[in-house]
Amino acid sequence: METPVQNKPAAKRQYKFDTKVQYLKYKVLREVAREAWAGTLLENILDIPKIIVPGKVPTMRCCVYKERAILEERVKIAMGGDKNNPNVIEVIETACDECPMGGYEVTNACRGCLAHRCEDACRKGAISFDHNQKAHIDKSKCVECGMCAKNCPYTAIMNFKRPCVSACKVNAISMNEDKAAEIDNSKCISCGACVYQCPFGAITDKSFIINVIDMIQKSENNNKYKVYALVAPAIGSQYSYAKLGQVIQGIKELGFFTTIEAALGADMVAWMESKELAECGDYLTSSCCPAFVDFIHKNFPDMKEHISHNLSPAATIARYIKSTDPSSKIVFIGPCTAKKMEFQKESVRPYIDCVITFEELQALFDSKDIDITSLPEAHLDNASYFGRIFARSGGLADAVKQALTEQNLNDFELKAVSCDGIEACKAALLKKSKGVLDANFIEGMACVGGCIGGAGCLTHGEKNKAEVDKYGKEALEKTISEAISVVKLPE
Amino acid sequence: MKVTVCIGSSCHLKGSRRVVEGIQYLIAENNLKDKVELGGTFCMNNCQNGVCVTVDDKSFSVSPDTVEDFFKTQILANV
Repeated sequence: METPVQNKPAAKRQYKFDTKVQYLKYKVLREVAREAWAGTLLENILDIPKIIVPGKVPTMRCCVYKERAILEERVKIAMGGDKNNPNVIEVIETACDECPMGGYEVTNACRGCLAHRCEDACRKGAISFDHNQKAHIDKSKCVECGMCAKNCPYTAIMNFKRPCVSACKVNAISMNEDKAAEIDNSKCISCGACVYQCPFGAITDKSFIINVIDMIQKSENNNKYKVYALVAPAIGSQYSYAKLGQVIQGIKELGFFTTIEAALGADMVAWMESKELAECGDYLTSSCCPAFVDFIHKNFPDMKEHISHNLSPAATIARYIKSTDPSSKIVFIGPCTAKKMEFQKESVRPYIDCVITFEELQALFDSKDIDITSLPEAHLDNASYFGRIFARSGGLADAVKQALTEQNLNDFELKAVSCDGIEACKAALLKKSKGVLDANFIEGMACVGGCIGGAGCLTHGEKNKAEVDKYGKEALEKTISEAISVVKLPE
Repeated sequence: MKVTVCIGSSCHLKGSRRVVEGIQYLIAENNLKDKVELGGTFCMNNCQNGVCVTVDDKSFSVSPDTVEDFFKTQILANV
């Protein structure tokens, strides 16, 4: 752990993040950003690992040299990573601990009991016993269902599955010949679940913070062009150590011209999507979550005509901002690693210039020593309650229902299914593809809980949903039509 | 004539929606749709004096209560 800075206790600084892996990643981003602001990144790049791991005593790995070798890789990823890899999610091979991957195994805790519940629970007949009555699993028969482990009274059967593999619900992670994790880009939806779950921080998302710093600096205090920050509504559940208005002021102090809620784009999308739904005569799947959209393209290509034709909320409002200020640069700040893929798509590139996460925003604040808790509170109020609750699972369907009512499309009967997490999305899409799902609107959120469960969030807590709802209720505008009355909707 | 109303957060909280709606209504009532182009923008860097409105290159501070007066003197009179 880092020595406490100034008069803040170490626990408090760590408290900004869920895990020490996030904290380590943050420190690298912060140091890279510090050098980038000063224009000294290239000359001091090699010093960064030593700043983070000083001295000779290792705290994370076998020796400080390995720690620093891994940090060098982290620095590269903080600077944009491997340009030849189109995926924004990347494995740091040297950091991968090559965890055991044997699947279900009987451990020493097996007492050789008489009950043999494991044997009864196994439908594949994969369990046998040696002369000490100790259980053994026949790997050629085992299908990894886990019933034996569930039924053992001594919890003696363990699942040695890698955390990254467990986290990846789209089966994009396998092992290469060196036993390091490998991502299959043709399956990966860049949701970042593995990034958040790898206990060694060996899988991480590429960062574009130096592009943002460059954009801000070259704007010459927003005189040459203006740099707008577009924040995702999940921000309502983040930076809980400060007030939201202070975060917005902090963004201004970083050099952004102003901050706008992506939730206003969500209001616009809810309005247009409900109309599209009522007119389409069939069913629609939502287009807000880029990982969900990517999942459909990769796994259910026949269903892609049913993806709503609206751009995502962020791209929708960014397009509007560009129409009012064509030379502007727009940076999306959110919880999402898949957004880092989305903004590179041809359909979105003209509107969004860069994407960073809440983690990266925290690193940017601290790279300029901005203590947001000491700042005055700025305002953030563009969207309605309904635009803001897009950040949590179920919010989008609620907003579409509201938009139908506000547009007097009461004859249309909405049958919405809100899919919370990519596994639920997969189940619903599978049912729909077989014609056994009675729904005309499928809301898909790849992260469990919705955007508040995104890999780029600082914290993922039980209270986050309530926080987003609270933030939603604080909006000045109570209806979608009021919120969007000030913007022109695209034709 | 181009009329731009700030719809950034500060001005929004000071009532920019009602200012936009007021101007929209008055434009329609006076049949000026072809002559006045009404648009929005996010922040004019003058938040203390919001709601900020520009008419071509001139800046004004308008509130929902003064929108009718503003329309008469700055838009209707000059169009």
